Amino acid sequence: MKSLTNLSQRTWWIVGGVLVAFAAVLPLLNISIPGVLPGATYTPGTLQLLALALLFASLALSYHLLFGTAGMLSFGHALYFALGAYGLGIVLQQTELTLIPALGLTLAVVIAAAYLLGSLSLRVTGISFAMVTLAFAQAGNVLVRRNPTLTGGEEGLRLDTEHVPDFFIGVVNTRNLYWLALALLVVVFVVVAWFENSRAGHAVTATRENELRVRVLGLRPFGVKLMAFVIASVLASLVGMVHLLLQSGTTPRATSADFTLTILVIVVLGGVGSRWGAIIGGIIYTLLDQRLTALAGSDAIADLPAILRIPLSEPLFILGTLFILVVLFLPGGIAGAARRLGTGTNATPLARKQLEEAE
Amino acid sequence: MSTIVLLLITGLGLGALYFLVASGLSLIYGLMGVLNFAHGSFLTLGAFAGWELARRMGGESWGTLIASLLLGMVVGALAAAATEFFLIRRLYNRHIEQVLVTVGLALATVALFDGIWGTDAIYVTAPSWLSQTTEILGARVPNDRFLLIGAAVLVLIGIVAFLRYTRFGLVIRAGVENRSMVTALGIDVRKAFTVVFAIGGAAAGLGGVLASHYFGYVSPQLGGSLLIFAFIVTVIGGLGSLSGAAIASVAVAILQQFANYFWGGTGDLMVVLLLAVVLLVRPTGIMGKKA
Repeated sequence: MKSLTNLSQRTWWIVGGVLVAFAAVLPLLNISIPGVLPGATYTPGTLQLLALALLFASLALSYHLLFGTAGMLSFGHALYFALGAYGLGIVLQQTELTLIPALGLTLAVVIAAAYLLGSLSLRVTGISFAMVTLAFAQAGNVLVRRNPTLTGGEEGLRLDTEHVPDFFIGVVNTRNLYWLALALLVVVFVVVAWFENSRAGHAVTATRENELRVRVLGLRPFGVKLMAFVIASVLASLVGMVHLLLQSGTTPRATSADFTLTILVIVVLGGVGSRWGAIIGGIIYTLLDQRLTALAGSDAIADLPAILRIPLSEPLFILGTLFILVVLFLPGGIAGAARRLGTGTNATPLARKQLEEAE
Repeated sequence: MSTIVLLLITGLGLGALYFLVASGLSLIYGLMGVLNFAHGSFLTLGAFAGWELARRMGGESWGTLIASLLLGMVVGALAAAATEFFLIRRLYNRHIEQVLVTVGLALATVALFDGIWGTDAIYVTAPSWLSQTTEILGARVPNDRFLLIGAAVLVLIGIVAFLRYTRFGLVIRAGVENRSMVTALGIDVRKAFTVVFAIGGAAAGLGGVLASHYFGYVSPQLGGSLLIFAFIVTVIGGLGSLSGAAIASVAVAILQQFANYFWGGTGDLMVVLLLAVVLLVRPTGIMGKKA
């Protein structure tokens, strides 16, 4: 049997293209998956959920670039998502710019912020880096909460639709937003794949494995790490902008540390270091989150004794527990498990060969 | 003058809280390299345990307060030791996975607390002396600040004495310095891991009960909000340094109080700014080892 991992790079791109084409025609089809989707695929409610799943997949991909490829454990990735969402929302509300120029202005701000904060946080590595990014994100959270006139404070910011094209507004046009989210996922995937296969990408991967050795070879890890950081941040901010359009607004939750942890959970569930894993993780997480919330409110749970009812009615408890179990027993997440199933062993062919040679 | 005295003492009180959380974080990181995201949950659990006790025994008496403080410590220590034993130990020397497990634990436990005690803040009762004020140099200082400062000083002395004068303390100090050498000498460092987690958990649980009196309420979010400042304190003080954590806690809390009062509520931002400055000047923190 030809195993999954032996398929060539090109075959994977073809499979991806077919999947995207299938996803693109979903709004025109009438497919119902009871228990997974709330309704048939052409209904706005289902399309909204699917678009959200695609956005989480894109966001997870951008975080994969940071954590999986570059090995930088950031706890502040939500900041750039929020910067995109709040930035675009505020620009649309306060200025007379139309959508595209507003997007451009927000992007410029995000690039400047990511460059500045990135070069500051990258002065430290490892756990300190994680805490510094956490602190900056927390500062963003405070700023958003403390300036209600600009950001709407705890209430959140509503999308000012005056300068947004009509085909992105209203429940009927949810499928346009769905296509936008799908296009964004493709763009993010191509950018991430391109970066990983570029010289800078190889340098950053080498830095993740052994920074000292990269230095000895005469390369400067700082530059490529900063580049990965800025690219990941810009991609996250793009996701934030589309999220703002999709949800017609944004809330302070987007700036919270919990939100970054959510992205981290998605990437780890999907499988660290795997682009497909990040996408699958994002989609599964969104569907699971939605289903678990529905389950938590269902009668089946309400009739259970308290000791079972209380934990099961908290979606985050189930997700957190699932996350712990994956980290403990399923290293490599869903993608890693799929790879093991494909090869039929616990080791990759290369590792197995090396082991055999060593013996 | 009286305002400055009040801000200083309030800052010291808040700093005491930060220290109770940060001391455990710093010790755990120093010995094991684990950044413990679940530390806030130990604190919250301690706070809820203290409140449950006070609710049953009547919160106004001093006996209840002392009992609830002790119970908070015990509960925090047990939760922390269990976390180390069942989760962290399985991932020995895999630091990123250890962080991830504590992240998952933090998410799950906060959701569980939400489920058990509800998401709303629950107000606590305390001996009436705590809600009164004492006049110092013209400033009317709420009495709970003194309780906080006293408890933090006792914990600091206790931990320092433990580290300096007991055999376990010796093993822990040596382990922070060079863990593989201690293992090579035939000493089982893993026992010290559990002990360090238990100490950190006890300090956090104590901090939880005290925090519930400082803020006047308990809520499932209590630990998480303090944890972020404790992280900042640990980085500024230098990861793994107890004295660094003590100095940084006080500095951060006082800066926060003054900035909040004089520069219109910018305390949290000033703290982040201080962190940025410290990292630019000394990336390893005030008392951190040279990387």
